[in-house]
Amino acid sequence: MTDAHAEAAHSKADARDVERRAASWLERRQREDWNASDQAEFDAWIGASLAHRLAYVRVDAAWSRAEWLKDVHPLVSQSAPRRKMFSPLLLRVAATLALAAALGAGAAYYFGRPRDRIYSTPVGGHEIVAFADGTKIELDTDTVLRARMTTKSRTIWLDKGEAYFQVKHDASHPFVVIAGDRRVTDLGTKFLIRRDPGRLEVALMEGRVRVGAEGEKSQSALLKPGDVITATASTVFLTEETHTALARELSWRRGVLVFDKTPLADAAREFNRYNSVKIIIADPAVASMTIDGTFPANNSEAFARVVRNALGLRVERHGDESVIYR
Amino acid sequence: MVEKPDTNREDAGPRASAMSMSDLDAWFAREVLPLEAALMQFLSRNWRNASDIADLRQDIYVRVYEAAQKEMPLSAKAFVFSIARHVMVDRVRRERIIPIEAVADLDSLGAASDEPGPDRDVIARDELRKLQAAIDRLPPRCREVVIGKRIQGLSRHEIAAQMGIAPDTVSAHLTDGMCALADMLYGEEEKRS
Repeated sequence: MTDAHAEAAHSKADARDVERRAASWLERRQREDWNASDQAEFDAWIGASLAHRLAYVRVDAAWSRAEWLKDVHPLVSQSAPRRKMFSPLLLRVAATLALAAALGAGAAYYFGRPRDRIYSTPVGGHEIVAFADGTKIELDTDTVLRARMTTKSRTIWLDKGEAYFQVKHDASHPFVVIAGDRRVTDLGTKFLIRRDPGRLEVALMEGRVRVGAEGEKSQSALLKPGDVITATASTVFLTEETHTALARELSWRRGVLVFDKTPLADAAREFNRYNSVKIIIADPAVASMTIDGTFPANNSEAFARVVRNALGLRVERHGDESVIYR
Repeated sequence: MVEKPDTNREDAGPRASAMSMSDLDAWFAREVLPLEAALMQFLSRNWRNASDIADLRQDIYVRVYEAAQKEMPLSAKAFVFSIARHVMVDRVRRERIIPIEAVADLDSLGAASDEPGPDRDVIARDELRKLQAAIDRLPPRCREVVIGKRIQGLSRHEIAAQMGIAPDTVSAHLTDGMCALADMLYGEEEKRS
């Protein structure tokens, strides 16, 4: 064995070169034009030394494991600098817009007075509504909003759910969003409002907005970009978020949920907003485990798979529930 | 490779390795590669000349595989570290150009197999984060190519057309990306932020 080893040591190129050649073979083998003579050449190379074989096994194993990323990185657009690669997403958005136009703006239908329109999304839905003034509103899952656009003012009622507003500012036509007992007045801006039972969150991405109690102009706060206001029945607090945290808040616009050391209980709650199959975690030890990653919001299967593979938990499906156990 | 009949082996029966090479490859990927980060740490702590480490690792892998062809070890970890120790000692003896202080302390290497390397559960738990961090750390063009190939399943020509670069450039980025992913996935201790 020592002789064979010494011989291998002499015949081998630098280990780094071998690794690079192994990767190069792996790359070639995935081309469409891979043929019998390529295969013969490859067999000769891999048979020439165990060092070759193991370098190949290693790079091949790493590449196969990277397939996991398919589950968690369906779009991966936040880290990729060029948008071109993600044309499928852009096409989907374009299709949504086209459909919205064709249907007379999404799921809208006339409601009572002619100028009030209701826009809604089902669980797992995502709609973009483009208004004539250039304003765009994106509705997240399970959301209902009403819009009243008149020649004097623009008023939106967010009845439930979450929406992202990109408002074409026009001082002569104030844009106001009313969510329960709060009022958000646009002063030229992009902002997010999420309304859960008993809780309202307003996050400002760009420009300025004023947030106050509905019907009462005196008590209001002027938000600057990065500010997030969270209001419950009894409390209102303001936090400043980083750019990254804000981007995460908006990840649903790309159809994904982004977790960063997020407890499984919270991750499950997020998934359950988007899916009719609900994830149930009864065990507090499991609920407090944390997870990272970017997941397709509408694919709790992928989430379950990652939970199984990465955290070693068991996932059982019972009817409309996916129960996670240790 | 010359197989010497091993007459000393008395407990050959149940553990004798009759595995095919592809089974051995799978064993190697499953049991040995996850130890790589700990192995690299061990090597760099005990071998002063950092530029030798890739070669050392290659030698160790070849010897681990050869030995496993004859007999599967019960514990991959103890086995890998004991071979690592032998490879280092061998090098010092064979290549006189290496001054003896190249190896920190040969005797202390005896403790290697008790190194608190990562256990398999921890490896599994960290792997997702490692993978994502690895992809994020690739240079931008390389990352774009890797994402196109691995995640979007595009062909090399499709990626070339989308990025406006030559197919051979795509291949070169892909090769770089594959090497880097293997190093980051197996060879590096996780860097926690």
